[in-house]
Order: sequence, then C-alpha cells, then structure tokens
Amino acid sequence: MRIRPRNLLGAGLIGAALLAASLFAAPARAAEEIELPSVSWSFSGLFGSFDRAAAQRGFQIYNEVCSNCHSLKEAYYRDLIGIGLSPQQVKDVAASKRVPTTDDNGQPAERPALPSDHFRSPFPNEKAARAANNGGLPPDQSVIVKAREGGPDYVYAILTGYVDPPPGFKLMSGLNYNKYFPGHQIAMPQPLRDGTVTYIDGTSNVLDQEARDVVTFLTYIANPELEERHRMGIKVMLFLLLLTGLSYAVKRKLWANVHH
Amino acid sequence: MVGLHQSDVKNPVLRWIDTRLPVITMLQKEYGVFPTPKNFNYFWAFGGLSMVCLMIMIATGIFLAMAYTPNTTMAFDSVERIMRDVNYGWLLRYGHENGASMFFIVVYVHMFRGLYYGSYKYPRELLWMLGVTIFLVMMATGFLGYVLPWGQMSFWAATVITNLFSAIPVVGETIVQWMWGGFSVDNPTLNRFFSLHYLLPFVLFGLVFLHVAALHVTGSNNPLGIEPKGPQDTLPFHPYYTVKDSVAICVFFLVFAFLVFFAPNYLGHADNYIPANPLSTPPHIVPDWYFLPFYAILRAVPSKLGGVSLMFASILILYLLPWLDTCKVRSAKFRPIYRVFFWVLVIACITLGVVGSQQPEGIWVPLGQVATAYYFFHFLVLLPVLGKLEPTLPLPESISQPVLGGGPLPAGAAAKPMEKA
Repeated sequence: MRIRPRNLLGAGLIGAALLAASLFAAPARAAEEIELPSVSWSFSGLFGSFDRAAAQRGFQIYNEVCSNCHSLKEAYYRDLIGIGLSPQQVKDVAASKRVPTTDDNGQPAERPALPSDHFRSPFPNEKAARAANNGGLPPDQSVIVKAREGGPDYVYAILTGYVDPPPGFKLMSGLNYNKYFPGHQIAMPQPLRDGTVTYIDGTSNVLDQEARDVVTFLTYIANPELEERHRMGIKVMLFLLLLTGLSYAVKRKLWANVHH
Repeated sequence: MVGLHQSDVKNPVLRWIDTRLPVITMLQKEYGVFPTPKNFNYFWAFGGLSMVCLMIMIATGIFLAMAYTPNTTMAFDSVERIMRDVNYGWLLRYGHENGASMFFIVVYVHMFRGLYYGSYKYPRELLWMLGVTIFLVMMATGFLGYVLPWGQMSFWAATVITNLFSAIPVVGETIVQWMWGGFSVDNPTLNRFFSLHYLLPFVLFGLVFLHVAALHVTGSNNPLGIEPKGPQDTLPFHPYYTVKDSVAICVFFLVFAFLVFFAPNYLGHADNYIPANPLSTPPHIVPDWYFLPFYAILRAVPSKLGGVSLMFASILILYLLPWLDTCKVRSAKFRPIYRVFFWVLVIACITLGVVGSQQPEGIWVPLGQVATAYYFFHFLVLLPVLGKLEPTLPLPESISQPVLGGGPLPAGAAAKPMEKA
C-alpha cells in the first residue's frame, strides 16, 4: 500500500499558511506602539487558572479605588463566587452597596444590592460621569482586558506607566503623562501607587503587586468562563487526538488494498 | 405498482417510504455507491469540511439568536449576557465567531484546490460558478454577522462597507440611505442586518444543495485532472471517502477547538469589545481577517469608484475563469509553467491580506498595488495566453495507469477495490 504523506502534509501546510498569514496580520497593527512589559500571569497558558488570592486582592483594589469612577456593569456580585468568596461573603459585599430602585410610590429610591445585581455604577449616566471627571469618560471595566490590544499586559502597563514627562513634552492641562498610553496624555490621574491599599491578607502593597492583582481581577471579570473553558478544552483536544488517531488507523486499514 | 418506485430497501417501513419518495435510494446512489475517483488527496476533503462549517454556523447561530437582542441600546449587552448567563453561551458564541474564520479558511483552501487542479474547466463550469455565488453570499453573511455585536469595529465596518455603494454614480447616495433605513448606520440598519444574517445561511444551504447536485452530474475532478475511464478508476464514496473525510474532519476540529478554547479572541479585534460609538472613530478600521485581501484591493487605487469596482471585479472575474483559462489540460501537475504562476497568485493573495491589515502608507501602498495588478494580470492576461503557448506534459492513459508503472492493466488488480464495496 502507498500512503501519501506528501499530500497530507501539503494540505496541512496550506491551511497552516493561511492561518499563519491571518495571525501575522493581527499583531502587525500594534507594531508602532511601545513594547508592553511582558508579565507572567496565572491565567495564561493551556492550563491557566486564576490565582484566587490575587483576584480577591484585586477586587479589594477595584472596590476601594477603581469603583469610584469606573463601572463594571456587565458583571454581577454573584460573580465573586468565582474568585473564591463564600456565598455569605458575596451577600455581605452586595448588601454594603446601594443600588437605584423605585419605591412603592414610584419615586426613585435606593435599596441594598443582592448577589444577583449588576455591580453598582458610580455615576447615573455618561453626562454625570464626564461632569465629575473633567470631561473625560472613565470606561466601563467589564471587558476592558479584552478591549485593548495587549490585554492584561496593556492594563498592567497603563497602571504602572505613570512617569514624569520627558523634558520639552507639552502636557495639556488636566491630563497626565503615561508612557504606554497612545499619545501619552491620559485623563485618568495615577490611580495606584505604593501603599494605595492596605491588603487584608497582609501582602506587600507595592505598585507592581497592586497592578498585578487588579489586572487578575479584571481578567476574571472579562472572562469568568476561562477556567471552565480551559478544562473543557484539554478534554476536547485529548478526545480529538484519540479520535484522529483511530480514524486514521481505520482509513489506512480500509485503503490498504487500494492501489492509487 | 403503477407509479411506485422499485426499491431495494429491505426494512418494510423504510421500503414503504422509499417506494413513495425514493430518498433512501437517492442517498444510496449519491453518497453510498457514488463512483468517486480513487486518487483524491486530502485537499478534496475541504468541500465536505465547508459543509460541516455551514452546519456548525447554523446550529450555533440559531441558539445565539435566541438570546441576542438586535437593538442598538441592547445588542452589546446581550452578547455579554450570552457570554456570562446563557448556559455554555461562551461556547456557542466563541464557536460561532471562530467558526466563521474556520469556514473561510476551509473555503479558501477549497477554492485554491479548484484553481490548482483546474476543477472549473469543462464540464464543471456551472459547478464552479455556483461555488463563486456561494462565496459571495458567504462574504455578505460574514459581514452582516460582524455588525451584530455592535462594538466599535461592527459599527465602523458597517459604515465603511455600506458607504462603498455611495461610489455608484447618481443613485449611490439613495442606495446607501435605503440600505441604512435612515441617514446613518443606526437601529434600523442593525435590525435588517440581523434579519438578513439569519436569512442568508439558508440561501447558502440551497446554493450548496445545487452545488452538490451539479457535482453529482459531472462527477468530481481529481488530482490528475483526467476523467475516470471505468470502474477500475473509481471507488464507492462510502466507505472509502466517508472514512477518509472523517480523518480530515477530526483534524479540522482539532484546529477549531484550539482556537475556541485557548485563543478565542486571537482572530478578532480588541476594539469590538468597546461598545459602538458613532462619535468616536477608531484609529484603524479593519474588517475581519478573511476580507483583508479584498480590503487591500479596495484601497489599491486612489479613487473610491475605482477601488470599489476593482474589489467587486476581483470576485466577479472568477465567474469568467472557465473561459479565461484556455488550456484544455486541467491539473497543474501537467502544466509546468502554470504551476509556478499558481504559487505566485497564492503569494499575491497572502500579500494582499497582509497589506489589508496595515495602514495605507509607506511600502504597503505600492506593495498592495503590485499584488492587485498581478491578481488581475493572472486572470485576464496570463491564463488566456498561457493556455495557447504552454507546452503541457503528456497526460496518463487513466487514473489507474500511472501507479501501475505505465504497463497494461493486470485484469484482476484494478477491479479489486470494487469487490469490497
């Protein structure tokens, strides 16, 4: 019998080439920007999962710092279960927030949040957000990690990228210099510094640690399915590898007597 | 028995059906014993793979539509709800998103296979033209679907692409407003795009049916590009090619699964996770990767009408391909010069794809122009001329012959595969 590894290889190569061409095309877009720091994340890689302690510290930072300006409107308080909070802790976190509702007379009112509520937004609408922030709109952070080229590395870079502007740089009033932000002028004042939060678990609160923790939390919020996806992916890939092997064996046996 | 079909089916219930509506006989004839050239390589699996892709897209799409809201104020959030609240919604949505990429990869390989082996030539011209129509409808469907999540790229791609039609003299503006259902891309646009995005896959299904029906009239081409001379050159479709295609389907799913589970956003664009904002134009507006070559052709000339015409011409030219290629020999195996230019075309298309992803400045402009020029030169000049001048290699007697060393066929050997059927 004669198998045709050459053709199989050819088919694979063309497919791979097309895929590679498309992949090559994607990162090329961001080429002109400054190289982002490359951080090693607990959630990257085929077996990646969220460092629960880091994500919980990250939530503490979001809660104490970010949430003063940034909404997280796609996420629910119940999502905090996924970073290791107990149902009771989630209830307590939610109950400490007040969300808008209407009372029995139809008048605007507030009530304590439930685990099933979306995260409370700091401003009632975009105009209020802009008015409170010198005209700038703090973006919603629900999928911020997916909404920027570079993802978690980019968000980490922004948080740690506040430096003094180079001499001669004309900084517009009300803006801040950030070496990783496109154009370097960012409306957000430096949100995190060494010691901005005091961690409940006693972890060192240097800026690098704070940035890593909040990015871990935000990556979880953007991809709450990530761990389930990775687990299922491994199983599916192993199953498919086995099935590919089996079907190829069947094919070879069936075609053994065909001369072509 | 007047009017009843003579069925060979044994099972009495199936037989009752088959005598009145011979679907089982039809399936047996078209997918069971259907004589298929025995020398296919794995490139011939990509037609079947496209069918698998279409079914994946329809299956995931129907479930996505159950949870998606086609309204500008709710579309983005409804996609996030699918990702977070719908059971396995992330799997459906990432599967649908990456399924589109897989669909285009598979169809592009399928098309280049047709180009290499001359599958568009007599008597398969109509089969090829139906294929080009499928490709066109696929592109429309892909574009419409890209708009639905209502992110920044959705909105701005919709604005750019619909505005292309404004290049049409006199009636352009009117046509664009008619497509929008207003004076800009807005809620009516999103509503009709959703409706059409749900409709077109079923049109595709119909076209695929015709494509396969036409295929079963002429029979498949094969790597040698010569017609089977008799039963010694063919195998029954089942089990030989059902099993061989199964191998290809498994490998296809391996690649697909890797994308869905481990790199679901790799082929997407980050800006589409920013909700659509008509007041803020993203710095780089790019279509999905599978449109990039056409995007590069669009921008190759500094004239809107010119670019739009070239872009549409680049696809419409494929309808004429069976007549532009004047060579009677199908397979590039026996066309030493064409074989080289085929690869030049592949490189030109990949170059166009890379150019399409870049800002139109610097080296990318002339590079895109050269690649565009070659694309048209290849089809309009090279193929007609090459067919007249190229010295082709001698064709083998039959599909069985080249393997058996060119000698006369041993009587029993060639018939053997058929005995297994």
